[in-house]
Amino acid sequence: MVGNQHSFASHRKSCPLSSKKAPAIDYKDIKLLSRFISEHGKIIPSRITAVSAKKQRELAQAIKRARYIALLPYAED
Amino acid sequence: MPFYECVFIVRQDVSAADVDKTADKLSEIITSNGGKITKRENWGLRNLAYKIQKNRKGHYVLLEMDTPYEAVKEMERQMGISEDILRFMTVKLDNLSEGPSAILAKNKDTYEEQAEAFEIEEEVPSIDEQEV
Repeated sequence: MVGNQHSFASHRKSCPLSSKKAPAIDYKDIKLLSRFISEHGKIIPSRITAVSAKKQRELAQAIKRARYIALLPYAED
Repeated sequence: MPFYECVFIVRQDVSAADVDKTADKLSEIITSNGGKITKRENWGLRNLAYKIQKNRKGHYVLLEMDTPYEAVKEMERQMGISEDILRFMTVKLDNLSEGPSAILAKNKDTYEEQAEAFEIEEEVPSIDEQEV
C-alpha cells in the first residue's frame, strides 16, 4: 500500500458519503450504488473508495438488498 | 405502528393492468388488517439484473405502509403463494420517505447535481484482476 503509485499516499481522501451534501444510502438508488461496485459486480473495498467504516456497512447492506431484488447483479463477467 | 416498505416483482408476461390488480389486492390485505398504504409506486417493466425463474424482465411495484406486523405477515404469505410474484422484499423503515424514490427520480436534475457534488476516487484499475 505504501509504495503505491497512487496519489492518495500523500493525503487521505475523506469519505464521499459522510459529507452533509452526500446522498442517503438507499438500496433503490442503483445509480449511487453502482459507483461502489466493480465491473464484475463486487463491492469495492473501502480502502479504495475511502468510504468510512460506518458508511461502508450501510453501503454493503444496501448493495445486498439491491442484489436480492435484482436491481444489481450478484456477479457479472 | 411501524413503517414498512415492500418491493415485489411480478412476472414479465402479466399485463400492466393485472399488475395493478395484484397491487390492489395486496394493498387491501394491509388495509383490512388495520394498516395504511402511504405510497405506491409502479416502476414499470424493468430488466432484471439476472434471470429469476427464466424471466429476464419483471414489473416492479413498491408499497410503503404504516401497518401492524400481522398485516405484513399475511401479505407476505399471500405473495409466497402467488405464482405471478417472482420475488418480494419487505424492509422496515425509520421514517416514511418523501417524494418519489431514487428509481423514479433518477432522471431529475437535482439528482444529477447531487451526483456531481461528490465524486469517488477516479477509476482505480480493476481491483478484481489485481487480487486474483
